[in-house]
Amino acid sequence: MAPTRDPADGAGPLLRVEEITKQFPGVLANDHVTVDVRAGEVHALLGENGAGKTTLVKILYGIHQPDAGRILLRGRPVRIRSPHDALQHGVGMVPQHFLLVRRHTVAENVSLGLAGTPALFPTREVGRRLAALAERYGLGVDPRAPVWSLSISEQQRVEILKALLRGAEILILDEPTSVLTPQEAEALFGVLRRMKTEGHAVIFITHKLDEVKAVADRITVLRRGRVVDTVPASSADRRTLARMMVGRDVEFRPVRTPGVRDGDALLVEDLWASSDRGLDALRGVSLAVRRGEIVGVAGVAGNGQTELVEVITGLRRASRGSVYVLGRAVTNTNARAVLEAGAAHIPEERMRTGIVGTMSVAENLVLRRYRYPPFSRGALLDQAAIGEFAQRMIRDYGIATPGPRVPARALSGGNVQRLILARELSGDPGLIVAAHPTSGLDISATEQIHSLLLARREAGAGILLVSEDLDEVLALSDRIAVLYEGAVMGLVAASEADREHLGLMMTGQRA
Amino acid sequence: MPPWSWLLAVSVLAIVVALALAGIIFWSYGVSPLRAYGIIIRGTLNARALPEVGRNMIPLLLAGVGLVLAFRALFWNIGAEGQILLGATAATWVALFSPVPGIWKLPVMFAAGFLGGAVWGLIPAVLKLRFAVNEVISTLMMNYIALYLVSWLVHGPWKGPEMRGFAFTDAFPAAAQLPMIPGTRIHWPTLLIGVVLAVGVAFLLRRTRAGFEIRVQGENADAARYAGIDPARTLLLVMLVAGGAAGLAGVGEVAGIHRRLLDPNQISLGFGYAAIIVAWLARGSPVAVLLTSLFLGIVFASGDVMRVALQMPARTTDVFNGLILFCLIGSERLLFWRVRWAPGGRAPAAESEAPEQARGISGGDG
Amino acid sequence: MEEWILNTIIRGLALGTPLVWAALGEVYAERSGVVNLGVEGMMVLGAFAAFAVAQSTGHPYLGLLLAAGAGAGAAMLHAVLVISLRANQYVSGLALTMFGLGLSALLGRRWEGLPLLTTLPEISLLTYGGLALGALLWFILYHTRWGIILRSAGEAPAAVDSLGVNVFLVRYLAVAFGGALAGVGGGLLSVAYRPSWTEGVTVGLGWIAISIAIFASWDPLRAVAGAFLFGALFHLSFRLQTWVAPEPLQMMPFAFTILVLALASARRRVGVQGAPEALGLPYIRGER
Repeated sequence: MAPTRDPADGAGPLLRVEEITKQFPGVLANDHVTVDVRAGEVHALLGENGAGKTTLVKILYGIHQPDAGRILLRGRPVRIRSPHDALQHGVGMVPQHFLLVRRHTVAENVSLGLAGTPALFPTREVGRRLAALAERYGLGVDPRAPVWSLSISEQQRVEILKALLRGAEILILDEPTSVLTPQEAEALFGVLRRMKTEGHAVIFITHKLDEVKAVADRITVLRRGRVVDTVPASSADRRTLARMMVGRDVEFRPVRTPGVRDGDALLVEDLWASSDRGLDALRGVSLAVRRGEIVGVAGVAGNGQTELVEVITGLRRASRGSVYVLGRAVTNTNARAVLEAGAAHIPEERMRTGIVGTMSVAENLVLRRYRYPPFSRGALLDQAAIGEFAQRMIRDYGIATPGPRVPARALSGGNVQRLILARELSGDPGLIVAAHPTSGLDISATEQIHSLLLARREAGAGILLVSEDLDEVLALSDRIAVLYEGAVMGLVAASEADREHLGLMMTGQRA
Repeated sequence: MPPWSWLLAVSVLAIVVALALAGIIFWSYGVSPLRAYGIIIRGTLNARALPEVGRNMIPLLLAGVGLVLAFRALFWNIGAEGQILLGATAATWVALFSPVPGIWKLPVMFAAGFLGGAVWGLIPAVLKLRFAVNEVISTLMMNYIALYLVSWLVHGPWKGPEMRGFAFTDAFPAAAQLPMIPGTRIHWPTLLIGVVLAVGVAFLLRRTRAGFEIRVQGENADAARYAGIDPARTLLLVMLVAGGAAGLAGVGEVAGIHRRLLDPNQISLGFGYAAIIVAWLARGSPVAVLLTSLFLGIVFASGDVMRVALQMPARTTDVFNGLILFCLIGSERLLFWRVRWAPGGRAPAAESEAPEQARGISGGDG
Repeated sequence: MEEWILNTIIRGLALGTPLVWAALGEVYAERSGVVNLGVEGMMVLGAFAAFAVAQSTGHPYLGLLLAAGAGAGAAMLHAVLVISLRANQYVSGLALTMFGLGLSALLGRRWEGLPLLTTLPEISLLTYGGLALGALLWFILYHTRWGIILRSAGEAPAAVDSLGVNVFLVRYLAVAFGGALAGVGGGLLSVAYRPSWTEGVTVGLGWIAISIAIFASWDPLRAVAGAFLFGALFHLSFRLQTWVAPEPLQMMPFAFTILVLALASARRRVGVQGAPEALGLPYIRGER
């Protein structure tokens, strides 16, 4: 779709991507994407997970190569083969995970491999240049401070300075405020405005509507790899944007019998936890999953879903709050305690965490319960019992494998997931925590997993379903919670929820 | 795990390449490689020399089995040499200085040796768990500490009669000496223990809960956490057995071969380091160690042949050892990666996932 | 009394000279992120090369030059395996040590026991050279652009790569440099310190050099101090033999190395100088 023309369009765009297409195994990440970015503007890329924003930006930065389409700088086509190339062309990026040497000072980091610096005492010269830049853009930072002593927002500034000092005219920021406090985000916006007046172009990826309204000039909304539209920020309203982001398909929602039983499968009270970076990932999350119901957790990735699942399943510490699984307190215990309380966990990264690829299918099927009878008798494993169990599971769950002794990594993604489900569900758990259970799977596997989960619901289990796929959440859940920046924005009954409303919550609006 | 046939083929290829490279070195030294290998094979695999191969095999087998277990748990134990020495020391104490009565001497010596080696192996394990100290460096350092410890004992408090400038302790009493197969230096009780240990560790890994946990922990630490496995417990168990096994090798050396505690360089002639090759070549299988320790035993025995028949220093076997190890680790890429070399000196793009082995060691995360 | 102290200093400098060269080399190699446990092997090859050349040409300095070449060549074996083939760095280093010891024994057979005619004094130009080198390497490491690149390659190779600097080249150069210095260190043993050749002449000094690099916290100046200190300590351990057994003293460098590592981890703040963050890990682009 062609972007809307802004009547104030002056000279040609600084950067233009034309018909960019990128295919990864199983997913078309960018589908004939055309966007232009002008000098002196802040251009936001808005979209859900899997919309293709990050892929597009990685192509601009030389990390990926497009399958088709071209990139034009000032009207001239260019090939960007590596981040170094990108910098040569004036495209700089501030990544989500900073590429800084924590032990070194700011000046040392910025001067790393920088052309035109003196061989001896390079940091002095760089320090001077940094001071000048800091003045111009409002990016105050002490060049002699070691990076580890800086706050995250200051570290981000170092990344920006790195790019600016290398002559970046176009600056790309990937979800820059995900690691900042509101005040720091404001400060960042101030810097971006300054950059605008200096003639730079800024592209930033976000899913937060507040930000977009605060600082962007134009907004391009991506959905499922395609550009939905490019609109000026001043004229865009939240509802429209949310609708563009999540789409307006009519879904078929299966008729479901209300199956809620008595008793909480899961109770989470005022949960606070930190992410790996030390920031608050969960801010006072409270929710309950009753037996016989499915509670879906929707939200853009990175808003605390991973941490929530990890805290509940005993893989991460909570700094505050409590978790009860089937009535038993399991806060800050460990994975085994949560398992023994009656919870099953279908992990987000099935290949990395969910199975041991080099061990056999049968061994993976007992990965979590090997220490209990009938799989173990005393210190020894009962191989016969394990084998028989494996045969049964392969049959019952339709795991396509040449046999139980095959190493698990030989299985396709769908069959690995069937294996994991067989393992987790066969113990008749009272609570099932399912994180992205169908990501990357084909239709038939997805449908099978959906029916398995629904069957469990019928049988009285409570299910916490975390998923980036809004369709899936809407189709399966009885109630839906939306996580945004570590807090629950709202908890609605699925029957009353609509995509637009959910989209708004996912982008920061409270219910 | 790639199929056995592929593993075997690549390992054999690596050895062949190593021997070929060694052959080139021989040739530059003025010795025809084919002639040299012919002499070596005839010299080590004849009826008279085979027992020496057997003699070498014993400590290699014991230490090798222990190392296979350690490597399966991704604990890079380079300290077998020191653990052997500690086992020897503990056994010496029992033999010479303890009140244990005659018939019990040998069994207690074995038990003490196991404990001595185990303690020496557990120290680096604890250092890793508690202080994230890189185990390669700590086990290596412990080797040297053990070396000086034994040297001190032998030159100091445990000094026996001196002979020609070499120091050693008193000879062990008869009850503390291991019987040998007549006419050879094969102290068969230790050999038996070695075979039993190989089978035992294989059984541990395949059939027991602890073994399951060790395997999961070694193959995928993330999944191990998810499965509720305690990494500390598995590591401590592994090093107890690995250190103990090397300790047993030490007992065999002093009670079987030397019948006294010697200057450390005489006791373990580099068996601890060669055991690393034994374990690596066995590709994680304790039972395969029976074969690989035999192979390394031949390599060791070739040192004597080279010295006598080819006038080359005995240390030339280290050339073999070094090259074999180089080729083994260099060949790992064939096993686990399919490499596409991108032009321009950039990093090769790899397709399959790398196992922990190909990745090197981090101090904390493992 | 003064004679005693003077003697110790002299002996310290004498043994410290070969150690200083080897330790400085290892410091640079490890700063780039590559562990090379093959120092013993590189040193002994250097020792052999230096002796052979010095003996046949009568020019000890030429011998040292070739020793540097031998060390660098051996180091390249290690470099190819661990940088390009991404093999296990620790095991590769061990293999290099074994190989070096064996090869030098083999090649050095006919040189065994011969006295060297033209030798270098124990405390030679290279002693002062070692000190000067330490200062130079320190300066380069902390106050020049190449030093920043080298240190960054060992701390965050991904950052270096993203800025267009070739991490692999940096590491290859650092490892080769380390090997060259180790070769010189070994050469100094057979040509200056104890002019002779026997197999295994390095007697574990390579491992000491590695220890020095570690408990000097990978700092060149501290490595210089550590090397000479060790030399003095070693001398003392024999001097004091009538009162104290030498072995406990000889054990100390190894025990200290463990202690330093444990303390560095116990105070696990990034600010405190510890091992380069990426030490021992192969760099694979695209993996964070």
